[in-house]
Amino acid sequence: MIEATGLTKRYGSTVAVDNLSFEVKPGKVTGFLGPNGAGKSTTMRMILGLDTPTSGDVRIDGQHYRDLKQPLSKVGALLDAKWVHPNRSARAHLAWMAASNKLPKGRVDEVLDAVGLTAVAGKRAGAYSLGMSQRLGIAGALLGDPEILLFDEPVNGLDPEGIVWIRKFMHRLADEGRTVFVSSHLLSEMALTAEELVVIGRGRLISQTSTKNFVNNASGSSIKVRSPQLDQLQSVLQQGNLMTRIEDVEDEGKVLFVDGEVTTDAIGETAAAQGIVLHELTLQRGSLEAAFMQMTGDSVQYHAHDTQQAPPVPAVELVVAAEEKN
Amino acid sequence: MSLVTVERIKLFSTRSPWWCMVLALVLADGFVTLGFIFAPDDTVWRPADAVSTYQFGLMVMMVMATLAVTTEYRFGTIRTSFLSVPKRIPILLSKALVAATLSAVVGLVAAFGALGLGTVLVSDADLALTTGAEWRAVLGVALVYFLAALIAIAIGTLIRQSAGAIAVVICWPLLIEGIGQTIPKVGDFLADWGPFNRASWFILGNQGTTDGTADASDAVMSPTWSLIYFAAWAIGLLVISLVVAKKRDA
Repeated sequence: MIEATGLTKRYGSTVAVDNLSFEVKPGKVTGFLGPNGAGKSTTMRMILGLDTPTSGDVRIDGQHYRDLKQPLSKVGALLDAKWVHPNRSARAHLAWMAASNKLPKGRVDEVLDAVGLTAVAGKRAGAYSLGMSQRLGIAGALLGDPEILLFDEPVNGLDPEGIVWIRKFMHRLADEGRTVFVSSHLLSEMALTAEELVVIGRGRLISQTSTKNFVNNASGSSIKVRSPQLDQLQSVLQQGNLMTRIEDVEDEGKVLFVDGEVTTDAIGETAAAQGIVLHELTLQRGSLEAAFMQMTGDSVQYHAHDTQQAPPVPAVELVVAAEEKN
Repeated sequence: MSLVTVERIKLFSTRSPWWCMVLALVLADGFVTLGFIFAPDDTVWRPADAVSTYQFGLMVMMVMATLAVTTEYRFGTIRTSFLSVPKRIPILLSKALVAATLSAVVGLVAAFGALGLGTVLVSDADLALTTGAEWRAVLGVALVYFLAALIAIAIGTLIRQSAGAIAVVICWPLLIEGIGQTIPKVGDFLADWGPFNRASWFILGNQGTTDGTADASDAVMSPTWSLIYFAAWAIGLLVISLVVAKKRDA
């Protein structure tokens, strides 16, 4: 269990993380979601004692990371796959990590095997592809067989095969009863991986809820119905106080949409009771990306066209102007 | 003890320390060998003269020690180190110990190597270690290599960036304390109180030579006190760097 209370990190006048409180429940994959620059990495670094919070507190099973005796056996972390000396072999990299926490030497070969790097373990890590570096990073996180795992944007820049591999790997870790806290700026990725979500924007907590809840609440859904007896169906549904609208959809003709809290089951049953023929009955969700943008839209730090600032005057022009004055 | 193993694995699993060790020995013993070969026949060679080119190798070992820290910052492995040992100071101290010990071993090999080369190359050289001062000159090289590596580790830990840290590590002994001595008044102060000049006096001073082997004089400090003074600088800087590294965001 990871517990953050009032976590705040300031760099000068910039607030990277702002009074953030959340908890990561044991034995589940929890997604840490937010746009780029929302403070996800900073938060992870504070959890791991790399950065000191300006105020607030974060504890792992009641302890600060810095007070853990053999931290690798408690928490495994992959913050950046490139944190390896390029001229050191994967095996040597894991060997020193193992020695630092008095882990048996055999663990190195075990985790290399688990991530499928045994064949290239003696090669210099600088020659690895991003996917291989990512696997090495995960091997390092697994070295102490920890119950808690932290991953920062683990699928970033990976090819589809790598993404699927990481996704499966995380599910396996959760199935083994481990706590997994994984950050991403992609809601669609999180929807596939995480059971719980901690959503932040501009360093503030936007919501902490189950992924299912978040997706349902965030994306408005509507039910699409095609039927040769649309008008009849509409009047029946309207009698049941449902919001309906009929639209002309290209290639499909007239389509009835039902908005609000209603299930396809209910509509199907209503239609059957009235003897109305249905050609199509579908639940339509708004896209997750759109929902995410809507939720975090106000908290994205760098908008593309945010402010109407005058373009800066090039220095050369200023010099010329000054010379003309003289 | 396991943390010493950690730093040993780190150091020897890349190639640069090996190159630095070879280069340090070649430079330190190479230059004095040129002296053995080309100096006039009536030159008197004593142990302190044989080890007098120790600074060439010292520079290289200081660069190696500096890089042992700054490459960790450059490649982000320092964070993995701090994740493994979150109290930070024990692992940095182990790093300092491993780098300094290696540096001392190189210093020792260089010093005895120089004596050996001198004995072979100069037929009438008097390079036998008889007096305490002569032993000090030879074993002192190892001590100074040890302490100088601690200074390099401290500077690397404080500056965290290879180019900047190496610039300081090289400019301090060579430019500030070396060429800086040509500045009136300030130069005298640097000669008397510059830590590397004191280290030099510890190795080369009071050997009974008349040809000005060292530029710092006994009036300020005896060789023994010079060593203590140099050690105080090394340990002081190391303590400051450890405290700063513990507090700073990694």
